[in-house]
Amino acid sequence: MPGLGTTYGRGGATTAPSDVVNSDVILIMGSNMAENHPVGFQWVIEAKEKHGAHLIHVDPRFSRTSAVANTWVSLRAGSDILFLGGLINYILQNNLDFREYVVHYTNASVIIPETFKDSEDLGGLFSGWDPQEKQYDNTSWLYQGVKADEGSSDHHDNAQSGGHSQHGIDSSTDLSTYEQDLTLQHPRCVYQIMKRHFARYTPEMVERYCGVSKEAFLNVAKIYTSASGPDKTGAICYALGWTQHSSGVQMIRCAAMIQLLLGNMGRPGGGILALRGHASIQGSTDIPTLFDSLPGYLSMPKFGYSSKDLASFIKANKPRTGFWNNFDKYIISMLKAFYGDSATKENDYGFNWLPRVTGDHSHQAYWLDMMDGKMDGLFVIGQNPAVAGPNSGMERRALGKLKWLVVREMVETETATFWRDSPEVQSGELKPALLGTEVFLMPAAGHVEKDGTFTNTQRLLQWREKAIDPPGDARSENWFIYHLWERIIVKAKLDPRPRNQGLLALRMDYTIKGERREPEAEEILQEINGWTVADHKQLTTFAELKADGTTACGCWIYCGVYPESGRNRGNERDPKDEYGHGWGWAWPLDRRVIYNRASAKPDGTPWSERKKLVWWDEAAKKWTGKDVPDFTATKPPTYVPPPGAEGDAALAGDKPYILHADGMGWLWVPVGLNDGPLPTHYEPLESPIRNPMYSTQQVNPAGLNRARPGNEYAKSPDARFPYVLTTYRLTEHHTAGGMSRTLSHLAELQPELFCEISMELAAQLKITHGEWVTLVTARGAIEAHALSTSRMKPLTIDGKTVYQVGLPFHWGYNGLVKGDIGNDLIAISEEPNVRIMETKGLLCNVLVGRREDNAAKLKEYHSIMEGQTA
Amino acid sequence: MTRKAAFLTDATICIGCKACEVACKEWNEVPEDGLVWSGFSYDNTQALGASTWRHVMFLEQPATAGPQQVDMEDPFRWIFLSDVCKHCANSGCLEACPTGAIVRTNVGSVLVQSDVCNGCGYCVVSCPFGVVDKRHPDGRAFKCTFCYDRQSAGMIPACAKACPTQSIRFGELDELRKEADVRVAELQRRGYTDAQVYDPLQTSVGGTHAMFVILGQPEAYNLPPAPEVPTIYLKSAWTSALVSALVLAAIVCAAFLF
Repeated sequence: MPGLGTTYGRGGATTAPSDVVNSDVILIMGSNMAENHPVGFQWVIEAKEKHGAHLIHVDPRFSRTSAVANTWVSLRAGSDILFLGGLINYILQNNLDFREYVVHYTNASVIIPETFKDSEDLGGLFSGWDPQEKQYDNTSWLYQGVKADEGSSDHHDNAQSGGHSQHGIDSSTDLSTYEQDLTLQHPRCVYQIMKRHFARYTPEMVERYCGVSKEAFLNVAKIYTSASGPDKTGAICYALGWTQHSSGVQMIRCAAMIQLLLGNMGRPGGGILALRGHASIQGSTDIPTLFDSLPGYLSMPKFGYSSKDLASFIKANKPRTGFWNNFDKYIISMLKAFYGDSATKENDYGFNWLPRVTGDHSHQAYWLDMMDGKMDGLFVIGQNPAVAGPNSGMERRALGKLKWLVVREMVETETATFWRDSPEVQSGELKPALLGTEVFLMPAAGHVEKDGTFTNTQRLLQWREKAIDPPGDARSENWFIYHLWERIIVKAKLDPRPRNQGLLALRMDYTIKGERREPEAEEILQEINGWTVADHKQLTTFAELKADGTTACGCWIYCGVYPESGRNRGNERDPKDEYGHGWGWAWPLDRRVIYNRASAKPDGTPWSERKKLVWWDEAAKKWTGKDVPDFTATKPPTYVPPPGAEGDAALAGDKPYILHADGMGWLWVPVGLNDGPLPTHYEPLESPIRNPMYSTQQVNPAGLNRARPGNEYAKSPDARFPYVLTTYRLTEHHTAGGMSRTLSHLAELQPELFCEISMELAAQLKITHGEWVTLVTARGAIEAHALSTSRMKPLTIDGKTVYQVGLPFHWGYNGLVKGDIGNDLIAISEEPNVRIMETKGLLCNVLVGRREDNAAKLKEYHSIMEGQTA
Repeated sequence: MTRKAAFLTDATICIGCKACEVACKEWNEVPEDGLVWSGFSYDNTQALGASTWRHVMFLEQPATAGPQQVDMEDPFRWIFLSDVCKHCANSGCLEACPTGAIVRTNVGSVLVQSDVCNGCGYCVVSCPFGVVDKRHPDGRAFKCTFCYDRQSAGMIPACAKACPTQSIRFGELDELRKEADVRVAELQRRGYTDAQVYDPLQTSVGGTHAMFVILGQPEAYNLPPAPEVPTIYLKSAWTSALVSALVLAAIVCAAFLF
C-alpha cells in the first residue's frame, strides 16, 4: 500500500479491471493474473481481442498468463528493480516522458536541498541513515525550503511501528512550500536527480543481472513506452509477486513512477491494478486487520508524545494543505461511531481508549514473540498460518507455546489440528499429551451463509445477501464478535480497572435478529457510512463530516455507500455506463478511476478525444465526464489558492493528487517511506549473486531478516543452496487450501504438490519427470514431484547459469489431498514498510528422492544451519 | 428438432482456468474422478469420461506459427482447450444404444437417460471420440448432457456460463459455424497460419454440435481427423456376414453332395 499510497496519496488500486479494455499496452509483472485473477483477466483478453492491445508478461515462469501474452520475458526472481529501473532510465535517457503531464502533475520539477545525498554516492545508502538505529532520518529528503518541525512528530518511530497507513502525510513538514524549476534543468530538481540515480540501470545491466537479453528488454521498453501521450495509455497489473519481496514496496514504487512519467495515471486504460488475492483483501486494509492502521487509513496512535492526547495526535497527523487537512474530522467522527454518547469533547471523544502501538506487532513479529513465550492466546480468523505463514514449521511450534488458541473456520484447518497431526507431532518433536495449548475450533459461516459486503480489487463494495442459514453451530463473524463482546462485557462490568473503560464505552446497539441472535449487518454498514449524531440522518459524503462530535462515521472513505435510509448502494445492480456506475459502489464517492482530474490537460480540456474521461465544463462551471470527478467539482482549472489557504482550498486547479499536501504525484517521496525517497536495487535476502549495484550494501538496509535459530538464512551466494526458489499459487487452489483441498471438484484438479524445474536442471541432476525430489532451504525440507518443463528457463546471470525452481504452496496435512507445506521453506523476514516476508526469491537445493531417502543429508543440513546461528 | 444449439470452444483465448470443469461438476453433481497427479503439464483430468464431462487440455509444444514473442531459444507455446462431447449430427452412441436410453433432444444434442440405461456399454465402443463411458460401480453410461435441464429453463450450459474469457461460446449452430470461420480468418491474418476450425462435416459424423478453434493439427488435441460412425460399416458388415453365411451353407451342402 505505501508504494501506491506515497506516490499518489491512496494505497488502493487506481482503476478497475474493466478499465484495461481501454489500454493500448498492458504490462503484467509480479503477477500471474490469468491464473490468480481469471475473472478480472477477461478484460485483458477483451482488450487484446477487441482493441488489439499488446499484453506483456514479465515473470520468472512461463505461466498461464504468459501463454496468452503477446510478449513474455523471463527474469531472475527479485531482480525487478533492476528491470524497472532500466525502464525508467530508458524513458529518461530517450526523453520519452509525457512532459506536459510530468511538469504539471508530478513533483519532477521540485528542488531537493544540497544536504541530500543519493545512494549512488553513498554506496547504497541514502543520506540520513542511522547505522545504530538502522533507520533513516528523512530530513534531507524534504523539499528545499521545507523545514522539519522537530519534536512534534514521531515519524522516526515508523521503522518500528509499521507504515501501512503511509500515504505521505506528516504534518510536521509543510510540503506546500517548495521551489520549482519547470524547465526540469536545475541539477537538484527531482527529474535530474532521477536521471543520475537511474543512469546505471542500462540494458546491459538488465541483461547481465536480470537474465533478460538486451534485445528482449529493449523490445519491452519500446512497446510499453509507446503507450504514452495524449492519445495512448498503458496499464500495469501487479500482485504479491512484487509485494512479497524484501524491497517489494520499492518495486511497486518503480511501477508507480513509470506511470507518472508516461502520464498514465488517472486516465482511461491507465493506472495500476494492485490485484488482491481474496474477495475482500482491499476491504481488510480499508477497515483494517492491520496492527498499525485505523479505518480509512488513519494512523493507529503510537505510544509516545504525539499521541498523549487527541490534540497532539491531530497536530501530528493534520497537514496544513491537501485533503488530509480534514484528519480531525475523520478521527473524531470515527471515535463517535466507536463510542457513541460516551465520546465527548471533554474526554477527547474516547481517544485514550484506543490502544497505542508499542512496537512491531506485525504477523512476523508477534509470531516470534509467540515463539519466545510472550503471548498467552490467539484468535485465528480467516487464516491458516500453520500452512500459510512464513517458516510454517516454526509457526506451528510457536502455536504450541500458547495457553489458548481459538480458530474460527469453515473446515478443520491445519492450524486447528497442529497439536494432533502436524509434521512436528509425527516426528515426535511436539507431544500432544504434553502440549499446554487449549484449542477451540469455532465453526464459521461461509460467504453465502451471511450478509455483508466484499470490497474487491477495484475498491468496489458489493453487498451480498444471505442465501441460506449456516449449518449447525456455524455463525457469522458479526455474530461471533458481538456475542464475544456480550460475554466479555459482563466480566468487564465487574472489574472497574481503567483499562476496561473503552470496552464498556463501545457502542454496540445493533438490532439483534432471530433465534440465533444475529446482529443486523446492514446497520453496521450504515454506521460505517456515518450519520448525524443529533437526528441520525445518513451522511452522503465525507465532506459533511465535522470535527465537533456532531457526526459519526466508522470509515470516512466509505462515506456515501449508505447515503439515505433504505438505500444500500453496495446492493445496487443496475450498471448505467462502461464504468459500471450503478453496480455496487466504489470508494471514494463512487469514483471508479481515481486521480481522474489528470485525464484532462492543466487547462481542463481532455488530452484527446480518444482518452477523454473527466473534463471542465466551462458553461456549467464544473467538472463533468464519464466518471465521478476525483476533484472538487466546482474548482476551476485556473484556480490559484489565495495566500494562507488550507486544506483542499490550498491546492491549485491543476493539482490532481488531492490527498497530497502539494497536490502532485510523487516521483520523489519526501515523507512516508522507511527505505528511501527513490527505489534502488538491493538483492533479495538470499541471492545467487552479490549486489551488482553496491558492493557494500547487499540487501535492503532498513529491512529486518529476523535471523535466529530456526529461522536461518543461506549466504549470498551459497554453494549449499545453488538454486533460486520462488513460490506461487495455482488457479485450482485457494491459498492455504482450506477452501479447495477439502472439495473434490477442486482437489482433483491439482491433487499433489509438485515443483517446476527446467529441462536443463532435470537433465543435470538426472531427475526423471514426475519423480520425487526434496527441496531444502536453510529453514526446512519438503518433498514434491518434479515437473520438468520448457516453461522454466535457465538464465545466464553474470556469465553463470542460474536455475529457478517454482513451487506452489497449497498443501498441508488435512483435507482430501495432502502434501508437504511449501511455506516451511520460507524465512520470517520483514520488508521495512509493510513488514511482509520474502517468498518470491530465495535460495534452495534440490535433492533427488523423497525426504526419507535423503535423511542423512538433511540431518547434515540441519546441524550446519544450527551451527551457523549458534 | 426445434433448434440446433452448439458450443464453439476457442483454444486461442482459453486461459486454462478449468472453471468449465468445476461448473459442470457443480451443476450436474458429477462425482470426483480420481485424485491422481498425472505429470502431464497441469492436466490432472486427463480425459473425458463418465465422471468428467469437460476436460481442459494443456499442450506444451513448439510454436509452429504465430506472432507471440516468447523469450526462449526454441519457439514454444502452451495451449489450452476445453474438450467436451461433440453431440454428433450422426451419433455413434445413439445408434448403438439398444434400450433407447440415448435420445436426440429438441436442441439437437445427444442425451443419455441414465434411468433407462442398462449399462450394456455398446455406446462406449461406438463413440468415435471416446467420450461416453461407464461409471463404476453400477456400470451405467454418462456423458455431457449439454445441460439440457438448464437449456429447458432458458439458461445456457454451466461451462459456457462460467467461462471468464468466452472461450466457450454457446449459441445457434449455424451462426457459430460462421463465427468460427471469421475467427480463423482473423487468426490467420494475425499470423497464426495454423489456425483452423475442427468440425468434421465431411465425415460420416456429419458435423458436430461442439466445434473447436485450434492451432495446429487436431491429432495433438486427441481429436480424430476423420471420425467415423461405426454404423456406416453395417451394410458391408451385414453383406460380408451374408456372403460368409452363404459360402458356409454352400460348403455344407457341397459336403453332402460330394
